[in-house]
Amino acid sequence: MNNTFKKTILASLVSAGMMTSGLAAADEHPVKLGLMLPYSGTYTALGEAITNGLKLAIEQNDGQLGGRDVEYVQLDSEANPSKAPQNMSRLVKGDNVDFVIGPVHSGVAMGMLRVAKQSGAITIIPNAGLGAATNQLCMPNVFRTSFSMWQNSYPMGKVAYDQGHREVVTITWDYAGGKEDVAGFKEAFEAEGGEVVEEIFVPFPSTEFQSYLTQIASIDPDAVYTFFAGGGGVSFVRDYAAAGLKDSIPLLGSGFLTEGNVAALDGAGEGVQTTLHYAETLDNEQNQAFVEAYQEAYGKAPDTYAVQGYDTGAMLVQALDKVDGNTEDKEALIEALASVELQSPRGPMSFSESHHPIQNVYLREIQDGKHEVVGVAAEQLEVPDDACKM
Amino acid sequence: MDLAFFGVQLLNGLQYGLLLFLIASGLTLIFGIMGIINLAHGAMYMIGAYLVWDLTMRLGNFWLAIVIAIPIAVALGLIIERLFLDTLYKRDHLYQVLLTFGLILVINEAQRIIWGGDVHSVAIPAPFDASLQLTDNLQYSVYRLFVMGVCLALAGGIYWVIRHTRLGIIIRAGAVNRDMVEGLGINVRTLFTLIFSVGVALAAFAGMIAAPLTSITPGMGDSILITCFVVVVIGGIGSIKGAFWGAILIGMAETFGPVLIPSLASMVIYLIMAAVLLVKPRGLFA
Repeated sequence: MNNTFKKTILASLVSAGMMTSGLAAADEHPVKLGLMLPYSGTYTALGEAITNGLKLAIEQNDGQLGGRDVEYVQLDSEANPSKAPQNMSRLVKGDNVDFVIGPVHSGVAMGMLRVAKQSGAITIIPNAGLGAATNQLCMPNVFRTSFSMWQNSYPMGKVAYDQGHREVVTITWDYAGGKEDVAGFKEAFEAEGGEVVEEIFVPFPSTEFQSYLTQIASIDPDAVYTFFAGGGGVSFVRDYAAAGLKDSIPLLGSGFLTEGNVAALDGAGEGVQTTLHYAETLDNEQNQAFVEAYQEAYGKAPDTYAVQGYDTGAMLVQALDKVDGNTEDKEALIEALASVELQSPRGPMSFSESHHPIQNVYLREIQDGKHEVVGVAAEQLEVPDDACKM
Repeated sequence: MDLAFFGVQLLNGLQYGLLLFLIASGLTLIFGIMGIINLAHGAMYMIGAYLVWDLTMRLGNFWLAIVIAIPIAVALGLIIERLFLDTLYKRDHLYQVLLTFGLILVINEAQRIIWGGDVHSVAIPAPFDASLQLTDNLQYSVYRLFVMGVCLALAGGIYWVIRHTRLGIIIRAGAVNRDMVEGLGINVRTLFTLIFSVGVALAAFAGMIAAPLTSITPGMGDSILITCFVVVVIGGIGSIKGAFWGAILIGMAETFGPVLIPSLASMVIYLIMAAVLLVKPRGLFA
């Protein structure tokens, strides 16, 4: 009770202090960031990691963007596509935010992009990997700081071929994300001269894999390429190992197969190779500093999602410095955002014509419960967003 | 398809079907005797898995965790029945559906508050942490065989109770005509409490023994609930025998369907349900 009272007093003192400093900065109002991320449900952890990363980057810039204070408007997207247009409208028209940052879920992204098109609101996507966001649906006011399904799976095609695999079975969930991912792998693998002998699609979100593993064993390919995520990823990797397939048929995958879940794999993931635009073990100065700062601020190790949030913040810092905090001139602001170049914890990163990150994709192998970087699977890979006419 | 492949798939289908039976048996008991559509049944499956994971972490022993988790699950069923359902028996079915749907939301949120959103797993416990070599490159976990044995034993046990005990007679009579049973002086309220607790505990127990074979995630019970409803409807509502054969049928369909006709993978079980209902509108054994 007494403690709460103290906290309240402290809070009002702090806010009073902030008000006076706001006054000192003349009539400048804060830059408003609208965060449309999941803060409840399955994707809560992702929403929180992105928010943490974003705030860390802005805190490291004295909590300011272009010399102006920052105000956060956080809205729970609930990862619910049907509420997306309405939520986005609320941020853009109701709260009048300068930037919208979101979402995590590709279905929500579809709804948000409709509103982004009508309103022209500057939107930065810190996760959702659907290809169309920067391709068929691309627009000047939309940026992405994460990845696309294609970008993370395409490099594995060449890796698999170079490792000597010629006949591969792919297996994923029967939904847009899984299909886009496997298509990227197949494109590269078959261009090299390999053959995808069977494409297995599991009804989403089933995690009953036994009959498919039996099928894989009877085909006996050189390797298996897979995309599953979350609990599905853990189930698949464990079942694959338990069926004794891991030693005879190497398991390859997109990084999301095991990202954030290595502990739950309980040793079953050792030796599994995946491609992703980040690994917590990346050996560069920025990553070491980032991991340390994140650990200190939030008491836990960062993951890919935290990096995506962090880079979204770093991008805003750089762009708003360039335009001296002027958010009125949208065209100049969009130009500044598009020309951002970052030395990110994930390595160098810039933006393509379609506003998609040009970045390294790393080949990682699970060793002693960590994603160790084996090498760079694709250096500064640009996504060919052919359908994007801006 | 060669013979070995066929044989292994048969084993897969049988194992999945038996596990489905364990969950569906509780659902059909509650449905058939109490007339309650317990939508929270899948959530209890999830609770069972989380309980056993949590207790295994704390105690370091999977078997001990199960022994402690079972009474907790029974107690949960007891509390839900006495506290919430008891006041709704006289109301329309819709109220009970609303209540159990609400329970899904409450249980899922409670799960998130207590255990968080991370994915967890339980290691396959000794002495079943070995594998059999089935074909040149495929192994089969001995624990899966153990799960099949447990499910079969429970199926036999439930069958015996229902066929050969006084309680079984009351349960069977209750499924046919509840008012008459009450009229004969049977305390239906106690019977309902018992049935609900046991039914819910069966779902939780299925989650417990399935925990080492699956990944433990929020909402893991939601998708299995739909499959179990299909099982119950195919077998005939309230029929344990129906739930058994329905579960085996669906287990086989989910195993062979996607491999033989991949384009219909996600539809196969619903097609079977539709076909059964066309011929026998009340299910196979009702």
